[in-house]
Amino acid sequence: MPAIATMPVKERSAPARMAPPSRFGDKTFEWLTLGMALVVILLVFLIGWQLARGSSLAIQKFGFNFLVTSTWDPVTEQFGALPFIYGTLVSSLLALLIAVPLSIATAVYLTELAPLWIRQPIVSLIEMLAAIPSVILGLWGIFVMVPWLRDYLFPLLKRAFGWTPFFTGPIYGPSMLAGGIIVAIMILPIITSVSREILRSVPNLQREAAYALGATRWEVTRIAVLSYAKKGLFGAVILGLGRALGETMAVTMVIGNTPQIAASLFKPGYTLASVIANEFTEATTDVYLQALFELGLVLFGVTILVNLLAQLLLKTMTAKSATRAAE
Amino acid sequence: MHSGGADKHSWRKAKNALVSAATFLSAIVVITPLGLVFFHLLVNGASSVNWAFFTQLPKPVGVIGGGMVNAIVGSLELLGLASLIGIPIGVLGGVYLAEYGSVRANSMVRFIADVLNGVPSITWGVVVYGLVVLRFKSFSGYAGGLALGLIMVPLILRTTEEVILLVPNGYREAALALGISRWKTIVHVVMKTASKGIITGILLALARISGETAPLLFTAFGNRFWNHNLAEPIAALPLQIFSYAISPYDDWHRQAWAGALVLVVGIFCVNVLVRILTRERKPSIV
Repeated sequence: MPAIATMPVKERSAPARMAPPSRFGDKTFEWLTLGMALVVILLVFLIGWQLARGSSLAIQKFGFNFLVTSTWDPVTEQFGALPFIYGTLVSSLLALLIAVPLSIATAVYLTELAPLWIRQPIVSLIEMLAAIPSVILGLWGIFVMVPWLRDYLFPLLKRAFGWTPFFTGPIYGPSMLAGGIIVAIMILPIITSVSREILRSVPNLQREAAYALGATRWEVTRIAVLSYAKKGLFGAVILGLGRALGETMAVTMVIGNTPQIAASLFKPGYTLASVIANEFTEATTDVYLQALFELGLVLFGVTILVNLLAQLLLKTMTAKSATRAAE
Repeated sequence: MHSGGADKHSWRKAKNALVSAATFLSAIVVITPLGLVFFHLLVNGASSVNWAFFTQLPKPVGVIGGGMVNAIVGSLELLGLASLIGIPIGVLGGVYLAEYGSVRANSMVRFIADVLNGVPSITWGVVVYGLVVLRFKSFSGYAGGLALGLIMVPLILRTTEEVILLVPNGYREAALALGISRWKTIVHVVMKTASKGIITGILLALARISGETAPLLFTAFGNRFWNHNLAEPIAALPLQIFSYAISPYDDWHRQAWAGALVLVVGIFCVNVLVRILTRERKPSIV
């Protein structure tokens, strides 16, 4: 183009003489942040590697029997994890039985049924419950909840359901049922808040369609909201299960810490996390310490699987609502 | 409309009211433990939270009185150490997820961070025991700080990423158009805009780990005396509450309640602060 060709050469070439902008800062920063993001992945492998390394001798010595035998005797160095696995599963399932209906009902109330002005205060209170440390709930459990259970609720349960194997035998207070109840309190907030998020992500179109058919508020919730959110709510429950399995301090303080497998929920039990918390610093021999490391490995493996499942369920749910919203 | 239809209609309305009442009761049951815990903390702990509690060391068994000053200071030291590890990794990792990388790889990292958040905190204690305590043959403040810091990483990473994504793209484009390099744009424009949100995330993570006990049991271990050498066992408030709670002495139980009250009030103060910060943030960012 002639217009450009006639421009003074000096002015045009001025920028060309400047040094090219340095990419050094940009590259360094990108690599630095990438490194930090990769730490997260590294951490998962670090945990797995460290736990496996710490328990390699025990894995060799006991093999699969570790998971299915129930002798836990540091003196003769016989270690079987079954009572702890049993205790962890039973206390977590009890917790879910108590917490799931309450949490989901609360989430439904907070998103669908409650008057608007009351929602935020209740949500804030539930967040505060979530902020209470496990050890403080355990303290409350020891001195307030367990005595109350022992004197009031347990005798009542025994009178009503004493004919089943679950509510028989002497009542001590610290027990599998007490452990289940305290874990339930611990996981109520997380199941409630995740369920609430899930219900809130249900598109309003769903609700409007049901209202248009003349449904009542509850019918709208049941037909249009709950059935739509089923998978996500299941994810919330599984997430709660993951937390319940790993819950340590509060359970340790109220479950009684006795490695036994008993049908009665009034009997004390023991969980994987509790036995690690109680006995780790007492482990005098290598094999003993290794066995405790292996308990940690079992706990880690199970919680990782449970959390993977939960995240997958939650992810498909949020992806679904995102695509619906885009349509 | 014949009577059958009217009956059905009123039954449906009654069912609606019934379910509303039931879910309302559930909400009450869910928040009841909070009220009870708070009530008992105040009843059992308030009278023991006094000057001595904040200024004295624990007394030997059988001697009434004493305080938890070493545990309070120890907890603060541990939180400081944890911040040194957790904040840089979490914040910069969050920046990467929000600003760089591919959608697919990033969603995987995000996914793993969420899974990592679900790892029981006691697992961290066991891992750090193997990594640090066994190697250096001593429980130490460093080990406790490391365990808490690693717990902070995924928490801070996720909140940082979320608030950085909220910063409008126009800000980035404006800065880049001025010829400012990408990393300076991110640090001085994007992170600065999101700074309140990032700080909120850090505070929430600190509130969360300040009550963690399980990862400290065999890392920081606890200490009944003053210790300012981080290479040795160090006291922490939650550990002290735990060991006092399971002890057989009434006076220690009283102190455990007092410690618990102090810890809970501290955590709630941080939460209130966070709420104030986020309330101010919302209108300005949209």
